[in-house]
Amino acid sequence: MTVKPGRPGSRLEPEPVPRRDVLGLLSLWTMATTLLFATVGIMRMPKAAVLPSPSKKFRVTLPETLAPGEAFVPPGRATALFRDTEGVYAISIICTHLGCIVHATADGFECPCHGSVFARDGAVVRGPAPTALSWVKVSSNGGTVVVDEGATVSPGTKVNA
Amino acid sequence: MKADRPTALGRFAHDLRESPRRIRETALRTGAPTTDRTRSTFVFNNVFLHLHAVRTHRWSLRWATTAGLGIAAVAAFLITLVTGILLMFYYKPYPDVAYESMKDIHFVVPTGRFMRNVHRWAANLMVVVVILHMARAFYTAAYRAPREFNWLIGIALLVTTLGLSFTGYLLPWDQLAYWAITIGANIAQSPREITDALGVTEVFDPGGLQRLLLLGSDTVGEEALIRFYLLHVMVLPLIAAMLMSVHFWRVRKDGGLTKPADVDARLGAAEGTYPVFTEAPAKTYHLAAIVRGRTSAVGRGPENTIPSMPHLFYAELAVLMLTLFICLALALVSDAPLKELANPMVPENPAKAPWYFLGLQELVAFSAFMGGIGIPMIVLIGLGLIPYLDREQMGTGEWFGGPGGWPLVRNSMAFGFASAIVIESFAIRYGWLREWFPAIPQLVITAINPGTVLTAVYAAYSLWLVRRYNSSRAGALALFTCFLCGFVVLTIIGTYFRGPNWHFYWSPADWPAH
Repeated sequence: MTVKPGRPGSRLEPEPVPRRDVLGLLSLWTMATTLLFATVGIMRMPKAAVLPSPSKKFRVTLPETLAPGEAFVPPGRATALFRDTEGVYAISIICTHLGCIVHATADGFECPCHGSVFARDGAVVRGPAPTALSWVKVSSNGGTVVVDEGATVSPGTKVNA
Repeated sequence: MKADRPTALGRFAHDLRESPRRIRETALRTGAPTTDRTRSTFVFNNVFLHLHAVRTHRWSLRWATTAGLGIAAVAAFLITLVTGILLMFYYKPYPDVAYESMKDIHFVVPTGRFMRNVHRWAANLMVVVVILHMARAFYTAAYRAPREFNWLIGIALLVTTLGLSFTGYLLPWDQLAYWAITIGANIAQSPREITDALGVTEVFDPGGLQRLLLLGSDTVGEEALIRFYLLHVMVLPLIAAMLMSVHFWRVRKDGGLTKPADVDARLGAAEGTYPVFTEAPAKTYHLAAIVRGRTSAVGRGPENTIPSMPHLFYAELAVLMLTLFICLALALVSDAPLKELANPMVPENPAKAPWYFLGLQELVAFSAFMGGIGIPMIVLIGLGLIPYLDREQMGTGEWFGGPGGWPLVRNSMAFGFASAIVIESFAIRYGWLREWFPAIPQLVITAINPGTVLTAVYAAYSLWLVRRYNSSRAGALALFTCFLCGFVVLTIIGTYFRGPNWHFYWSPADWPAH
């Protein structure tokens, strides 16, 4: 920065900003803004666009012996399937609190991680879970049931199968 | 060229014989540190040592000043660095393969199990020592001017240390690792607790973005493992090393360790110290005009100081060896845990994090967002603001210095322990809002849960003490003590009294068989 001659002042006092230094400041701010946007652009790379997760749709045959209200969890899937007189329905068993797998009990579901308890329709009864377990879309296809874990439906949606 | 060795061959033989001595001399550059002058040049001519001052105040070398905690933290970091590099020779960051390589390290690799134990114990020790170091800096009011910003760097180092620990225990890809990633990633996603309740998640979803960035996918798998591996072995150690450099540099530039104003009177005269300058050091004044602010000694010689070489360095080496000894001893008697291979369908029951996160786990068992993000952020912001709110002078450099002193800290400990135990007991015995009013909106539980109530009680208590003692230092002493006590209570409950489904049990012997 330039100092105007003849102006008294101490070395310890900040110097005034001459008019032409505004241009310098402007370029500094431009640089800072550029770097900020560059950082945002860089963050695009770690934010995956294609998610390498397995297909969420699967086909399953319910066991003949499945009693009404009894949960059937297909191996390797985080969805519990039920059958009663009104039809077939599916409830996600991923806890809405922190993602642990809940297990079905006689009265509903219980989470082993932080003690959330859900009713048979997935509603929160106690514990830290913020929302009810979601109901998952099922469709009937001949003798089998097609479950789409990626699609949720409103609670109470049952499908005749 | 020496006159008595006229031939080139003679000189060659002579120089060859002399070369070991010359290598030693040139390495030291100014000769052995045997006089005050060479002791000084030994320090400031050495790239590794020159972060130290050439002379150290006698106060800084007292055991009671620091208990060597800062150096112990560095020592633990160095031990994890060495053992970590050794573990990287065999570790393969890919699901299932990672678990097998851990088995190899444990059972096949020569000294693999021992190195892993040392790595794990050094990491645990580092967490403990960093927390104690912070408590030391706080209770001796070492954060006060001109060291305010270094306190913030210290907080960043605490967070980095916890981050290193967290990313570290995910790597074995056992049950603990898998469910820790799952829970950790969902805590990162927990701002959805708020955005869902407000109904704006569709357009504004910081929680989902954080989870996506951490996992690189919408499920926990190979993408997540490689990201945590990268954070653990590259990103976080680099950040830690950078922050540590700044931290040490500022300790030096802010005038060394904190000392009480009347330090010379407290120490009294000692043998072996003597005035360094025999006449007034005129040059320092000129320097003071350029180097603004406080330098360690302006206008007088470095009285009451002794050469850093050997006094400070030997003390540091002693702390390093003690830390190493503790890690090795613990590694010999206790193995680092390795559970079964990760199973995405069956969470452990109870699924417990390592001890230093069990206090947080106890809090997230009330509300994911408040326990995992809200309250930790409040605590960190509170800690960071302390030096800017406490601008008093009384008690700097003294243990529990400030209005109230040790009796205040003792009362705050009693209050901190009691209120944490009372609130926890109440929540364990009677449940919380959801049990009484099942239809209650989630936002109410997020705002009012045992964690936030405890935080509010602590804040109210310390505000009351600010008024009573007419001093913000008194409030800071109370608040810091209360939070430490709350952390201890929550950690103990999470560690010893929580069983399957996170229910309360007096002892693991009472856990239901299953």
